[in-house]
Amino acid sequence: MARSVTIQRKSLNTLIAWIIGLLLFFPILWTILTSFKTEAQAIADPPVWFFFDWTLENYRVVQERSNYSRFLWNSIIIAGGSTILGMIIAIPAAWSMAFVPSNRTKDILLWMLSTKMLPAVGVLYPIYLIFIQLGLLDTRIGLTIVLMLINLPIMVWMLYTYFKEIPGEILEAARMDGAGLKEEILYVLTPMAIPGIASTVLLNIILAWNEAFWTLNLTAARAAPLTAFIASYSSPEGLFYAKLSAASTMAIAPILILGWFSQKQLVRGLTFGAVK
Amino acid sequence: MGQIVLEKVTKSFGDVTVIPPLDLTIEDGEFAVFVGPSGCGKSTLLRLIAGLEDVSSGEIRIDGKESASIPPAKRGLAMVFQSYALYPHMTVRKNIAFPLRMAGLDKAEQDRRVEQAAAVLNLTDYLERRPGQLSGGQRQRVAIGRAIVREPAAFLFDEPLSNLDAALRVGMRLEISELHNRLKTTMIYVTHDQVEAMTMADKIVVLRAGHIEQVGSPLELYKAPRNLFVAGFIGSPKMNLIEGAEAAKHNAKTIGIRPEHISISATEGRWSGVVGVSEHLGSDTFFHVQETGLGETLTVRADGEVNFRHGDRIFLTPRDDVMHRFDDKGLRIA
Amino acid sequence: MSTKASRSAARLMLAPAVILLLGWMLVPLTLTLIFSFQRYLPLRGGFQGWVGFENYVRFVTSSAFWPSVQATVIIVGGVLLITVTLGILLAILLDQPMWGQGMVRILVIAPFFVMPTVSGLVWKNMFMDPNNGLLSHLWRSFGADPIIWLSDASMLSIILIVSWQWLPFATLILLTAIQSLDSEQLEAAEMDGAPVLSRFWHIILPHLSRAITIVILIQTIFLLAIFAEIFVTTQGSFGTRTLTYLIFQRVLESQNVGLGSAGGIYAVILANIFALFLMRIVGKNLDR
Repeated sequence: MARSVTIQRKSLNTLIAWIIGLLLFFPILWTILTSFKTEAQAIADPPVWFFFDWTLENYRVVQERSNYSRFLWNSIIIAGGSTILGMIIAIPAAWSMAFVPSNRTKDILLWMLSTKMLPAVGVLYPIYLIFIQLGLLDTRIGLTIVLMLINLPIMVWMLYTYFKEIPGEILEAARMDGAGLKEEILYVLTPMAIPGIASTVLLNIILAWNEAFWTLNLTAARAAPLTAFIASYSSPEGLFYAKLSAASTMAIAPILILGWFSQKQLVRGLTFGAVK
Repeated sequence: MGQIVLEKVTKSFGDVTVIPPLDLTIEDGEFAVFVGPSGCGKSTLLRLIAGLEDVSSGEIRIDGKESASIPPAKRGLAMVFQSYALYPHMTVRKNIAFPLRMAGLDKAEQDRRVEQAAAVLNLTDYLERRPGQLSGGQRQRVAIGRAIVREPAAFLFDEPLSNLDAALRVGMRLEISELHNRLKTTMIYVTHDQVEAMTMADKIVVLRAGHIEQVGSPLELYKAPRNLFVAGFIGSPKMNLIEGAEAAKHNAKTIGIRPEHISISATEGRWSGVVGVSEHLGSDTFFHVQETGLGETLTVRADGEVNFRHGDRIFLTPRDDVMHRFDDKGLRIA
Repeated sequence: MSTKASRSAARLMLAPAVILLLGWMLVPLTLTLIFSFQRYLPLRGGFQGWVGFENYVRFVTSSAFWPSVQATVIIVGGVLLITVTLGILLAILLDQPMWGQGMVRILVIAPFFVMPTVSGLVWKNMFMDPNNGLLSHLWRSFGADPIIWLSDASMLSIILIVSWQWLPFATLILLTAIQSLDSEQLEAAEMDGAPVLSRFWHIILPHLSRAITIVILIQTIFLLAIFAEIFVTTQGSFGTRTLTYLIFQRVLESQNVGLGSAGGIYAVILANIFALFLMRIVGKNLDR
């Protein structure tokens, strides 16, 4: 039941919440603003806020000098590829556990979860070694596979919780109506599962895009995605804040937008369905 | 054509036997109701007939054809589920047409049959809507429509009215009965509500713990319950069951007397008691009579005009000719 | 629930995921375990014999070990304290009626979507830089000497950066949990005469306890493994070398694989302790 509150109370809530919200968002806002300044304005004291000569110069320089588009392309391929690959494997697995559960389903789900808990650093060298042996080091395909594997448990779990919500009676109704396994999946299950699948894809792209252990340790020049591109700014020479900001803005903008769409699903995915 | 015969059918989940060997015949065109408390195996039995569960052993014959190994879609049965199980992403039209589409009927024939079913069920105005935009009763009708269009050998209903509110339930009950009279197709209907069973069935099958307690027409069950369980389950309000000395007078372990078979008087009668709660329904009044010395609160039906107050001392006389007697195993004494 | 035919199909559909994850877990972990019993220096002659538990002993007795444990505990503990406390307050605030609720929520959540390398570098340069950072401007405008954040207050800096990233996560989950609280329960408490603070203590907080536990466990598992934030800021210097970072240095920087692998096994064991608790909670949830 919604309760009526006094205007004063609501105004106070609004004021406090907006102050805190803007404070938390400020580093991002500041980065975006700075990306449109000149380097001199970027470090000016006192800082300049909105009234400066807005310029796209930094974006142009970053694009030209550092081959930004190649990193971007790598990020897209790796995040997209690992997501598609992962979904191909996760959808049937989640489907079977949700609709044909056995006594071992729970154990399998928990075991999958436990593989996600494996600290990456504990298996860093073996993976590194295997990558060298197989010629996968600094390749997009190698990174795609690793990111697919580390996110596979989350994908299976998230899909599982969505599939679980599709009532079993609907599938039985389809079976009674004469649908075989193929028709059942094609005409009934898939259309009903699409919202869940879309959320899972979204969350997985975000996670893969931002992954910053394997992407830093298994790539060099060729396959490095945006995480590594930004890391290369950690030891700069000269004035570079505006350019760092431009590069950062380009790296986070797509995911910020995707992320805003997936707030609700994020909770479910990251808590393995424990909080909905 | 839709005679359904179950022969020595059993079902176990692991070590748990849900249905012990069971025989049952449902004649073509019959409206059979499986009734019993929750967990009695009535839904499992229906799902075995539907083919949604495999039988552990035994035979199911539909129209004389051994069907236990035939997949559900090929048995020629249609089912209406408790949750309606409508496809939320399809319009009403597509929902109803789905089984026809699966059967590979051409578009014109699909449309013709859908329109026909929609007309019968008053759904014509809603064909382009999605299930989410319909009321509970309308969804129920869509589910029935989806079953009708297939022209099945038999309809299976799994507690179809339990998600509806009381007023709608009465209406849908009539509609389903009407439908049965019109189609004359075999229907098997599962419910835990004995009122639904009494009002709709040609044949009631009372189940408890997977066992059939009694099979018969509603009146047979009402007039001659085979045992204490059926006696207590069928009829509302419940039959009064009395043990002890009063039962011994009739050479029985337990005697049963329905509320309408006891007359109530302010002055004289065989038993005496004190009026507790009275429920005035208008046409009838039910008195719950305490301190009868029979060990139980008795429920008595009287005319709507009769008026006693809480605490009044009254007298009761049962009709001996319609008294039910049960032995120490709970079985009816003829 | 189902028939035999669908069972075998189901098993077939589950197989690829299980096999892949099994391989992903077993193969590298076995290799790490094997390396941990070897003296193995890839740049200085490679395999130099089996050494039993020597690496395990050397890892915990090295002068870097205890400081790294201390750094890990302080960072994880500090971030948890900040994110959970502020997260509860923020979740309650965001649950109140206000104008522009959706927009505020978006602002609060945004930091979670910033990639770790970006947030590390933005904070390091644009905020915490002693000469040109915004915080130093702020300090100077009050006439104070700017703090040299990443060396003089290195731990605090890292905790701040990581908390900024994880506060949205805690807030979002706790907000979801608060919204599932039956408002009739609160109204009943109000009718019973419970004042605001005791409603918080006796109804809201217990209701949130499960969500808080989940936030703590999941964050702990992720926080134990934080890497990029340190990699682009202090590189593990000024006392910020966590266990994860120490192992990373042993393995890839000094290429002492045996020693690093022993450390890795410690990290696996540590993570599993927390994972066990988390899985028990999640597992209970599955039964419902």
